[in-house]
Amino acid sequence: MSAPIILPDFRNTPTIDQVGVEERAARFTTRSIKKSSKLQGLSMALNMIDLTTLEGKDTEGKVKQMCYKAAHLHDVIPGLPTVAAVCVYPSMVKIAKDALKGTNVKVASVATAFPSGQSSHEVKITDTKFAVANGADEIDMVISRGEFLSGNYNFVFDEIASIKEACGKARLKVIFETGELSTLDNVRRASEIAMYAGADFIKTSTGKISPAATMPVTLVMLEAIRDYYYKTGRMVGMKPAGGISTAKSALHYLVMLRETLGGAWLSNEWFRFGASSLANDVLMQIAKETTGVYQSIDYFSKD
Amino acid sequence: MTKKTKQPTLDFKTDWAYAPALEDTKHINLKKQYDLFIDGKFVKPNSKKHFATYNPATEEKIAEIAEANEKDVDKAVKAARKAFDKWSKISAKERGKYIYRIARLIQERAREFAVIETMDGGKPIRESRDIDIPLAANHFFYYAGWADKLEYAFPDRTPKSLGVAGQIIPWNFPLLMAAWKIAPALATGNTVVLKPAETTSLTALKLADLIQDSGLPDGVVNIITGAGHTGAAIVNHPDINKIAFTGSTDVGKMIQKAIAGTDKKLTLELGGKAANIIFDDAPLDQAVEGIVNGIFFNQGHVCCAGSRLFVQENVADIVIRKLKDRMETLVVGNPMDKNTDIGAINSKEQLLKINNYLKIGKAEGADIYQSSCGIPSKGYFCKPTLFLNASQSHRVVQEEIFGPVLTIQTFRTIEEVIEKANNIPYGLSAGVWTDKGSKIFNLTSKLRAGVVWANTYNKFDPTSPFGGYKESGFGREGGLHGLMPYVRL
Repeated sequence: MSAPIILPDFRNTPTIDQVGVEERAARFTTRSIKKSSKLQGLSMALNMIDLTTLEGKDTEGKVKQMCYKAAHLHDVIPGLPTVAAVCVYPSMVKIAKDALKGTNVKVASVATAFPSGQSSHEVKITDTKFAVANGADEIDMVISRGEFLSGNYNFVFDEIASIKEACGKARLKVIFETGELSTLDNVRRASEIAMYAGADFIKTSTGKISPAATMPVTLVMLEAIRDYYYKTGRMVGMKPAGGISTAKSALHYLVMLRETLGGAWLSNEWFRFGASSLANDVLMQIAKETTGVYQSIDYFSKD
Repeated sequence: MTKKTKQPTLDFKTDWAYAPALEDTKHINLKKQYDLFIDGKFVKPNSKKHFATYNPATEEKIAEIAEANEKDVDKAVKAARKAFDKWSKISAKERGKYIYRIARLIQERAREFAVIETMDGGKPIRESRDIDIPLAANHFFYYAGWADKLEYAFPDRTPKSLGVAGQIIPWNFPLLMAAWKIAPALATGNTVVLKPAETTSLTALKLADLIQDSGLPDGVVNIITGAGHTGAAIVNHPDINKIAFTGSTDVGKMIQKAIAGTDKKLTLELGGKAANIIFDDAPLDQAVEGIVNGIFFNQGHVCCAGSRLFVQENVADIVIRKLKDRMETLVVGNPMDKNTDIGAINSKEQLLKINNYLKIGKAEGADIYQSSCGIPSKGYFCKPTLFLNASQSHRVVQEEIFGPVLTIQTFRTIEEVIEKANNIPYGLSAGVWTDKGSKIFNLTSKLRAGVVWANTYNKFDPTSPFGGYKESGFGREGGLHGLMPYVRL
């Protein structure tokens, strides 16, 4: 058995220098990813996508169509991977689960009064259990940003721990909504709280607040994962979500991942993109790399 | 499942390798042989001698460069003297226009300059493209702005031009150093005889081409090439009013001796052995990045390189662990590849010098650590290297290595680190990493270094003065202070 994990004092998490983080993040974008490494990177990115629809107007029809796309991204090009998962509201989990039967695509559900998290403990637990009971493989919870910002770190910690318990076998992704956390120091602190409370993944954003995922924010979280791994030996996954819509920026994120955490994290077990429009841009680039010419957007299905 | 090992380690060897991404070199325009640029024209050297310049990454010959002797130097100085009369008297606004034009032409030809800089000097194309060439253009832009505002730079004084400036520059930032020297000299109405280093003359000669195209009056800038002998001829020429030298401390001392008793003005920017100090409250991940930028930037061929790392003892283990992991992601190899972080050592001579220091460090008992990367079989390369458990008494700590070699010492208290940081004959630069502003100000006033960076390293800007204390030289380049060495008040 591994040694028990000693909880750190969350008031004293390591400091972050924003200028330095931004500089480092920009440096990753100067890597030139061409030819075979581009194709390999794009295929990897495709396989890491959590294809997402989180709208009030979501219906059975919309979710079913998206699920078909998730498993059949672009059948014109053989050998393409599927996305990693679809991400839906709890009420749509069952529909998605049925639609994806027989595929490797997982079903992730947001929970805990997504996106604001402004509800009671009971409601959040019920929300989570409902999604899991309907077959969700993964739960994307939101933290209580209000409690976090008023310094109630124990509250945030306990809430994550109890949702983790409610998840059972489902993997738990913890969303910080970094656009509301204001500083990178806070992002780092939230990362540590979530990981020590049992998060399997940490995730930047709901997609409902701007800014959503940025490279500097993601870098701070990757570095927190690295330090946590140094200390405990437990791998934690990373999911930047919202705002990543081009193949080029997806490759930049993968470069950052590769050079911060190394090869072990380069799979959808440990890294996801939360995105709704990224897949088609990646597919366009893959088609260009395989055929040599760019094709019109109308050759790629929009579901 | 997660791996369960005693000490969890990260593995940076992945199946996802970066395919070669070579910068296109076909667009550059190089002659087989270069003559001396004197009085607005390329002229054959009186010495009748040319020497070869090599690509340090491939050991292939690129071109032949003229070797200037005393007679050639005299010719260049005469041309500069002749041009000085007119140049110092035309309106300052006109002078500024010429300098702006040079700046813009550098921007226009940036790609060609970047490729040639990398080819001739071995530095990664990423650096010559993103740092050297844009900064060189910026220096001209900045000093162009000063040309007609000198009376505001020196209120209640009447700044006068000095005359002919002899400028000798090093091989680590060839075009950038030429810009540092030429731009303020022209802005203040002086004329120039510039000598680039013998291993990296090409971008200076391309600059001569560009100056010709800019229409700058003949003789205002003369660029002559050669080795130490040529430099000595410039220093000893009786009709030169000002010497500006960037290079080694040994040569700097020789120059100072040589001009003793003359009324030549002198600025020296010499060696360094900077302390980069990491406190326990520093943002550690960013500090590690600062360590890397401090010592591995330009293969460590940087006079202000953060070559002595001081880490507070209670965070030393984690900092070194992070640093070692970071070093695994540095790409060492072909400088022309856009993904290369560490390129070729500038010359065989320099590589031998660095390798000798690696031997010395090992013999002294410091623990050597190198990243696991391979290096190309051809060309001059050195793996990024750490000397752990080093101490003040080690030669590798005391002497400037000028390569990708970092010594690491730990400290316990702030007094201890100030004492150790200052306990060196050099005083060019230093770095301080802490989350506490008061600690930064405390250290900046106590460190005997011309430049102190706080929570960053190796940041350059034309508006900021640069120069050293003690054996790192005197005089400032850059900023308003950089005008001072070129005027009589």
